[in-house]
Amino acid sequence: MERYYQPEIECASREQIKAWQDERLVKQVRHVWDNVPYYRKKMEEKGLTPDDIRSSDDLHKLPFITKADLREAYPYGLVAKPLKECVRIQSTSGTTGKRVVAFYTQHDIDLWEDCCARAIMAAGGTDEDVCQVSYGYGLFTGGPGLNGGSHKVGCLTIPTSSGNTERQIMFIRDLNATILCCTPSYAAYIGETMKEMGLTPDQIPLKAGIFGAESWSEEMRQDIQNTLGIKAYDIYGLTELSGPGVSFECSAQTGMHINEDHFIAEIIDPETGEVLPEGSQGELVFTSITKEAFPLLRYRTRDICTLTREPCPCGRTHVKMTKPQGRTDDMLIIRGVNVFPSQIETVLLNHGYPANYQIIVDRVRSTDTLDVQVEMTPEMFTDNMGEIARRQKELVDGLRSMLGLAAKVSLVAPKSIVRSEGKAVRVIDRRKI
Amino acid sequence: MSIKQISVFLENKPGMLCAMTDVLARHKVDMRAFTLAETSDFGIARIIVDDSQRTSAVLKEEGYVHSVSDVLCVVIPDEPGGLNRVLQVLAAAQVNVEYMYVFLGREKSAYMIFKVADNTAASAALSAQGIQTVEQEGIDKL
Repeated sequence: MERYYQPEIECASREQIKAWQDERLVKQVRHVWDNVPYYRKKMEEKGLTPDDIRSSDDLHKLPFITKADLREAYPYGLVAKPLKECVRIQSTSGTTGKRVVAFYTQHDIDLWEDCCARAIMAAGGTDEDVCQVSYGYGLFTGGPGLNGGSHKVGCLTIPTSSGNTERQIMFIRDLNATILCCTPSYAAYIGETMKEMGLTPDQIPLKAGIFGAESWSEEMRQDIQNTLGIKAYDIYGLTELSGPGVSFECSAQTGMHINEDHFIAEIIDPETGEVLPEGSQGELVFTSITKEAFPLLRYRTRDICTLTREPCPCGRTHVKMTKPQGRTDDMLIIRGVNVFPSQIETVLLNHGYPANYQIIVDRVRSTDTLDVQVEMTPEMFTDNMGEIARRQKELVDGLRSMLGLAAKVSLVAPKSIVRSEGKAVRVIDRRKI
Repeated sequence: MSIKQISVFLENKPGMLCAMTDVLARHKVDMRAFTLAETSDFGIARIIVDDSQRTSAVLKEEGYVHSVSDVLCVVIPDEPGGLNRVLQVLAAAQVNVEYMYVFLGREKSAYMIFKVADNTAASAALSAQGIQTVEQEGIDKL
């Protein structure tokens, strides 16, 4: 049976959702115009006043805001509430350059935690569950967001934060944790460690996992589901918008429902900025319509995906986004070819290699080189060198057909690639451009 | 008929080999023979030890990917033509040698290790010509 945290919102009619969006967008535009000189200037540059935005149909008129704007306005330039009304900051992990600092009022935190609670219930969570939050706590939004959501659902919450994997496993087993929240790469590492300890999936009480904060492939999902004996759900979010819970997967596991009562999503052509029709692939753009302290209008996420409003068997009516193929920042351009780490991951897992890999990009005599380092496993090892070479070549061929590009495959010692307890470092780009 | 050989996966970079022999030294593993096969990015260390079961457990514990396989071991007199005589027999029996290596025993004899596709056929062909293969106990006692 499908469970909802806020059924009247999650399953509202499309007309109702549109009405909420119209009303809240108009109000939000007025709010930033009155309180954020940075926005007012950007709107004035386009000859706009709040009167030009009468409903969500006018959204496309507004200027975009980008990460560069956030950096320029750092730290207070986009804050729309007096600091005395703000109660928290969170910050990005800084994986793609300078940190971004986001501000929250108590109301903002409340709504953010509601979104996380929706995600936990969509993964089957109830107040009977024990939810272990192994996302980092602190500036990173993962821990605080899921922690708050877990409280709202009424789960018994274990705030382990990330790290100390043996202790994570001890708590999961001793306290019968049924839901695990962390990054997918950390979930894979916890699974790997359990396997080494001789634990089989039926000895692990977990039934569901909520994994996000980095892009992961469908193959990695299967892998984690098999090792831990759970259903693995994707969750999506950005610190700039609140944190995890901007969108989340339901039992259908075919895309993530965007919480449209709080965020309006658009897909644009990343080159021209033009809004694309539903179903097209393009860059995801969000407008936060309920955020008080740090509202963003038309924020370019640089995530590439598609949106669909086709009815979902789970009963939720909010639009679904596909798993982002990768953030445009994650995309590597190698010899002029676009490469996403998730594509490489897919090939590795399909060939029976583990999801422990590192991609090393370099430039040798003005030619880009791509070296995929993969750990040797007992299953893949044989005394026969010719056989190892043959498997290596199969992998090279698999990568070539997926990427349209020749890559080198290096087999490295087990455990030599550093395991991540938060966001995994998949790419090392040594090119000096 | 055959003896146990342990093959260990090693990355081809400075210090990897030493790290493995350090593990073996710490666990007082006595090696009878050692050979290294390599490509540009990885190598396989093949070793014959006094106690293959214990060594395998030690390597697993220390996180080394490895396998244990059966190889043929033949004692030949350490004199000209000794190896040739064995290979003549294997060639006549159509047995393909994948790789081989040698270690010297006491009393002017050499232990030849052969990796062949079919241990049983090779062993039978050799014994028909009066060449005995060494059993595991023969290695353990050395």
